[in-house]
Amino acid sequence: MPEPKQPEKLIDDKGLRIDGRRLDELRPIKLEVGVLDKADGSAYIEQGKNKILAAVYGPREAHPKHIAMPERAVIRCRYHMAPFSVDERKSPAPSRREMELSKVIRESLEPVVLTDLYPRTTIDVFVEVLQSDGGSRCAGITAASLALADAGIPMREMVAACAVGKIQGKLALDLSDAEDKYGEADIPVALVPNAGLVTLLQMDGHLTLSEFEHGFSMALDACKTLHGMQRDALKKKYATMREAPEEREEAEVVA
Amino acid sequence: MSATPQLPPVARLEQKTVSDLIAKGKRLDERTPESYREIQIQTGIIEKANGSAQVYLGKSRILAGIKIETGEPFPDTPDEGVLTVNCELVPLASPSFEAGPPSEAAIELSRVVDRGIRESKAVDMKSLVIQKGKKVQVVYVDIYVLDHDGNLIDAAAMAALAALVTSKVAKMEVKGDEVIMKGGQHQLPLNNYPVAVTFAKIDKNIIVDPSLQEEQVMNARLTVTIDKNGDICAMQKGGLNGFTPDEVRKVVQMAVGKAAENRAKIMAAAKG
Repeated sequence: MPEPKQPEKLIDDKGLRIDGRRLDELRPIKLEVGVLDKADGSAYIEQGKNKILAAVYGPREAHPKHIAMPERAVIRCRYHMAPFSVDERKSPAPSRREMELSKVIRESLEPVVLTDLYPRTTIDVFVEVLQSDGGSRCAGITAASLALADAGIPMREMVAACAVGKIQGKLALDLSDAEDKYGEADIPVALVPNAGLVTLLQMDGHLTLSEFEHGFSMALDACKTLHGMQRDALKKKYATMREAPEEREEAEVVA
Repeated sequence: MSATPQLPPVARLEQKTVSDLIAKGKRLDERTPESYREIQIQTGIIEKANGSAQVYLGKSRILAGIKIETGEPFPDTPDEGVLTVNCELVPLASPSFEAGPPSEAAIELSRVVDRGIRESKAVDMKSLVIQKGKKVQVVYVDIYVLDHDGNLIDAAAMAALAALVTSKVAKMEVKGDEVIMKGGQHQLPLNNYPVAVTFAKIDKNIIVDPSLQEEQVMNARLTVTIDKNGDICAMQKGGLNGFTPDEVRKVVQMAVGKAAENRAKIMAAAKG
C-alpha cells in the first residue's frame, strides 16, 4: 500500500475534517466481546481504521515463579503491532515504542483490577494491533478493559480511553493517523469514570495551558461516552447468551 | 512484556511514616511539598564529548554526553538532522539496576526526555543539514544514571538540556562527493529550552521532585515538560494508580513556575 500523501488541509472551509467529522466527533466505533475461543476473556475494537484484538489469560500460575507477588496478582501486558498494520512493514520484534506503550497500558488498568484477590498469580493482557490508524493505545485500553471484564476478573469498573489533539491550531477529538502525523499535538487520556481517576495521560506537541484545559475536558467527556459503549457491548454478549437454544435454532431456520 | 514491578519490603514499612508526614505538609528530608532538592549542575566535564553536563538532584546523579557525528537523514525528513536520546540505567547506580538490554524503565526515561527535546523543537534540526537528503549531523544524547535517588526524569532532562546548550559542532563542508571538516567549531543552535517537572501523588497529597523513598510509596507520578514560553510540550503519567482531573489541572499550573525556576538554574550553570 503506498503511503498516503500529506493532505493539503486537515480542516476544510466548513470546519470538517478529512474524514468528514466535526472537531468534537468520535470515529465510528464497533465493539465486540468474547471473540476468541481459547482466551479467558477477549474483545475486538474497530475505531476508524483501527482493528485491534485484546485477550486476557488468568488469573493463572505465575511463570517463572519468581515474578509472583505474595499478596497480589501480577498484571502483565503486551501491546504489539502486526507487521502489516502500518504503511511500511514493521518488524515484528518489539520496538521501544511498543515497550513503553505496554507499560502505560498496564498502568492504566492496574487501579481497576482487584489484584489482591488472586495472590501469587498472573493476569496477562495481550493487545494485538491488526491495523493501526492513530489512537491505537487508547483503543487498546478500551478493548483490554472489555477483555478483562469478559474473563470474569473482579474489577472496580472498566477503563475507557480516548485521545484529543490539535490540528491547524484547533482542538480535535480522536485523531486519525494523518491528523496525528501532521497535527500539532496529541494527548491520549484514560479515565476510570465513576472513580474519577485519570490512569493514562501522555502528551506530545505544543499546547498552551488553556488549550490543554479545554482538550483535557474534551477527552474526559469522550471517555465517558466510550464507557457507555463498553457497557452496551458487554450487555449485548450476555443478551445473546440468554436466548434459549431452541429459539435460536428456530430463528436460524427462519433466516 | 510489561509486568507489575516488585516493591522492596522496606518501602512497605516506610509507607505510613512518609505519607503521614506529607499529610502534615512536611517531608522526611525537611522540604516543603512544593520544593525541589538542591540542584547542582556542572558542564563541560567530558572533553571528548561535543557537550556534557553532570547534574546532582539531591543524591541523584546523572551525566549526559553529546556526540555529534555525520550520518544520513531519515528518508522522510531529508532536510533535517537526526536526534537520538538514550538513557542507560548503569548497574553501579542502584541495587535494582541490572546489566543487559534496556529495561522498560530505561526506555520510558529515554522516550520522555526525547519527547521534551523533540516536541519543543529545542535542537534546530534544519541547521544540521550538510547536504540535503545525503549528509546531516546526527546528535546523540546519551544519558548515564550514576546514582539513583529518585526523580530521574527531571534530572535526566536537565542534564540533557545543559549538555546540549554547551555543545559545539565541527564545521563541515562538501567537496565533490566527500564531506570534510572545514576546521573550527560553532555552537549547536537551539531554539527552545524544555524543562521537565515531575510530581508524585502520595495518598491524596501532591509533592514535587519525589525522592527514591517517596517514589517507592507513591500512588502515581505525572511529568509535565514546559517550554521557554510556558507552554506544554510533553507529559507522561506513570505508576500504579491515577490522578483526579482536578489534580491534573493543578499539577499542570504548578509545573510552569517550577520549570522557569529550574531553567534559570540550568542556563546559569551552562553560561558560567
